[in-house]
Amino acid sequence: MSTLSVEHLLGIKHLTKEDIHLIFETADHFKQVINRPIKKVPSLRDITIANLFFENSTRTKLSFEIAQKRLSADVINFSAGQSSLKKGETLIDTVNNILSMKVDMVVMRHPKPGAAEFLMQHVDAKIINAGDGAHEHPTQALLDTYSIREKLGHVEGKKVVIVGDILHSRVALSNIFALQLLGAKVKVCGPKSLIPKYIHELGVEVETNLKKALQWSDVANMLRVQNERMEVSYFPSTREYTQQYGVTKALLDELDKSIIIMHPGPINRGVEITSDVADSNQAIILDQVENGVAIRMAVTYLLASKIKS
Amino acid sequence: MSQKVLLNEKEVNIILHRLACQLIEKHNDFSNTILIGLQPRGKHLADRLLQILQSDYNIFDTQVGYLDITFYRDDFRRSNKVLEASETQMDFIVEGKNVVFIDDVLYTGRSIRAALTAIQSYGRPKSIELLILIDRRFSRHLPIQPDYRGRQVDAIDEEKVIVNWKETQGEDTVYLIKQ
Repeated sequence: MSTLSVEHLLGIKHLTKEDIHLIFETADHFKQVINRPIKKVPSLRDITIANLFFENSTRTKLSFEIAQKRLSADVINFSAGQSSLKKGETLIDTVNNILSMKVDMVVMRHPKPGAAEFLMQHVDAKIINAGDGAHEHPTQALLDTYSIREKLGHVEGKKVVIVGDILHSRVALSNIFALQLLGAKVKVCGPKSLIPKYIHELGVEVETNLKKALQWSDVANMLRVQNERMEVSYFPSTREYTQQYGVTKALLDELDKSIIIMHPGPINRGVEITSDVADSNQAIILDQVENGVAIRMAVTYLLASKIKS
Repeated sequence: MSQKVLLNEKEVNIILHRLACQLIEKHNDFSNTILIGLQPRGKHLADRLLQILQSDYNIFDTQVGYLDITFYRDDFRRSNKVLEASETQMDFIVEGKNVVFIDDVLYTGRSIRAALTAIQSYGRPKSIELLILIDRRFSRHLPIQPDYRGRQVDAIDEEKVIVNWKETQGEDTVYLIKQ
């Protein structure tokens, strides 16, 4: 087994294809571990990890925490809501205070793009980016591509359409990087107002007709409409969005093939996808959640192996 | 660098048959016994013993598993060598069973210590024994000794013991390599 080419996981942009394959192979072993009667290994028993969430998260935070605990690391959690940030402390001060408690690794989610990279430059710990604004969310992209690999055998050559709010989505950007690195073809689909102007520069095609996009694809990754990030209205009404870009069972049945439906969660049932799609055999949404733990164990394990003892 | 043949094919063969007989002597029909090859190198030895038990002694019901101990090792982050995981194949629970760990070379004993931890994930065995092809005595870091031993060798730390198997390297030979 080789080792990762990076010292921190800031984004997919910094990874090589070999890095991703190494993470996948390591995740395969951990997936086996988390399906045993005793779901724990002692590898990281002398490592302490701080989970710093400056932005709300349920799934990602729980997934990281359970991954760390399955590896026997000591874990401390921090949420912005209850912190001294409100008292005026800067990010670096907050983090350095936490690091003084001898923390080896920091998992951080932050509303500002580039926050993880900024932190990496200023503090002495391994950093995992758990989402920085609309920039990157690398572990989500890794678990999404890992889930595609698991379902279809490999990612190379597969056609993936990312549907919805591309503009505000770090999941979209990280997914585009990861899919392209692994040799998949990527299209984005959504209302023009939610598609970034320079998306073509990433080598991604835009399709505004949902049915055409789905007909082309092997996998559709449905993104959530991020109302909380929108300062202005990007579409007339939720109802109109759903009519044009919501996936329904009827729409899927009109296609001449069976495609895979993914969703990073949390689902707005009845907006991006209807309940009968979310609960159908075509959806692998809960597999994604399970794989998320294995992927986060793999990333944590591989980065921890670079901490000098 | 020089290398010396410790065991040739014929000697390996004789030893494997002896070890198989010793296992039968102790475990009879293997109804409550599980053989566990420690990944990656113990797998071949476990497979070979199983083959002898089946072809020469008509014992077909032996359960065999392969256990990977990578994530249980105590030298994580302490050695420059990157630890490579292999596949674990354990389709059963070891609760109440007599387990025999099988590995090619016993050196410091740390792999066996890791295996003793790892096996706990699959239940509480009634007993655990250790079968080793090559026992490098005088080099133990931990109080661990084999129950079944192929050959004992006195090798110094600078020397390496390499076990080659027909399945992977095309020959059944054990070498002592001097750096």
